[in-house]
Amino acid sequence: MQISMTVNGNEVTSDIEPRVLLVHYIREVLGLTGTHWGCDTSNCGTCVVLMDGQPVKSCTVLAAMAAGHDVRTVEGLANGATLDPVQQGFMEEHGLQCGFCTPGMMLTARALLDKNPHPDTTEIRQAISGQICRCTGYATIVRSVQWAAAHPAGGDTDATVDEVIDGTDTVIEDLPAETAETADTEVKA
Amino acid sequence: MQIPAPFDYVRATSVDNALELLSRHGAESRVIAGGHSLLPMMKLRLSRPEWLIDINDLYELDFILRDGGKLRIGALTRHTTLLESDEIAALFPIVRDAEAVIADPVVRNRGTIGGSLCQADPAEDLSTVCDVLGAEAVIRGPAGERILAMADFHRGPYETAVGQDEILCEVRIPIRPRSGSAYEKVERRVGDWAVGAAGASVTLAADGTIADAAVGLTALGLDHTISGAAELLRGQQPREELFVEAGRLAAAACDPVADQRGPIDYKRHLADELTRRVLRQACTRAAQTQEG
Repeated sequence: MQISMTVNGNEVTSDIEPRVLLVHYIREVLGLTGTHWGCDTSNCGTCVVLMDGQPVKSCTVLAAMAAGHDVRTVEGLANGATLDPVQQGFMEEHGLQCGFCTPGMMLTARALLDKNPHPDTTEIRQAISGQICRCTGYATIVRSVQWAAAHPAGGDTDATVDEVIDGTDTVIEDLPAETAETADTEVKA
Repeated sequence: MQIPAPFDYVRATSVDNALELLSRHGAESRVIAGGHSLLPMMKLRLSRPEWLIDINDLYELDFILRDGGKLRIGALTRHTTLLESDEIAALFPIVRDAEAVIADPVVRNRGTIGGSLCQADPAEDLSTVCDVLGAEAVIRGPAGERILAMADFHRGPYETAVGQDEILCEVRIPIRPRSGSAYEKVERRVGDWAVGAAGASVTLAADGTIADAAVGLTALGLDHTISGAAELLRGQQPREELFVEAGRLAAAACDPVADQRGPIDYKRHLADELTRRVLRQACTRAAQTQEG
């Protein structure tokens, strides 16, 4: 079947099998391999892309279902050579180690900040609770999102998140229950 | 790599069109909404429909509407919308309680109330919520519309009264004055299915006694609400000894299975403890509510 959608601002049209999942369409047909493919069971969240501005797990959306919609992948975050504040925040606050979860984390963060420009740490942790990071313990990811919130226009790369948010809300703390813990392979509601 | 078996795909343009497509393509056609139950099953080849009828464009099924003494919720209403609705939270706080612990925020952006109810997973939260709220399911088919109580809607695990050529269109929840409700779930981690959960809805009389009540359990081997709970609670002043007795009733009524989420005695303990907690909370909320 023929499908058309907007991906990172570009209109794309392809002839695909209906059973092609959005994650594979993005990676294999469009060649945008920044979107990662992980658990395949809508648990890990590394495949998150934005569909009409909302984070969705692209392993559990058919490409056909995304037709006619506006899709944004990690490749669509930067504006040319200018990083999105979220991307810069992940650099500044070491929001990644292996980087596997990072594309999904950054897109969820972008959607969160678009909806709520000044989230507190609980709101950030809840927003990313459907996504799993096995490296960072989430603390630096939360700090990265806070950095982006504090720098909506990016820039000023010398400032640290502690300086900007006066250090009170950025202490590494115990993970609340809302933080994702481990992956499994069960079918989800 | 998990890829569904081949199928044909079509987008419905209206409920009537979807019904026509279901009739035309017959027994091997399935409706898809959020897809977060059906697609994983198709990827595991547990489900192999030949036709998928996508109803995501049917905005006529995506609404929350107060209509006289009922709140009408369209079947395509997403979990996120239900979670964020202040109107629902005021009328039926149990919905927000449950939605906050259904899957995770990203999954909730796609999953729908209709999909959850039609999937009818025994560990699915909204079935219990709708049970205790006394909701009705509005189903449309070639012969027209029919309205079923939740007890008649649920036929058992993964089975509902919705026929092959029918669509669940709407859920209607009666709005009752001086009512409160609550849901509490124990899960191993965020987004997991319940180890066990309980939901309660309570309506108080003018003198503060319990006029009506319903308690349901999720993932604990009990279909529908706990029989006898309403009889136990009706006419009584809400008090701790009553909640303890209801908890005992729930523990006796449930029939959990031992699995990787816990042994039977632990799950019975959850039925007991969670029933007490949700009744306590529902009574507190009912006493506080000004909603008429």
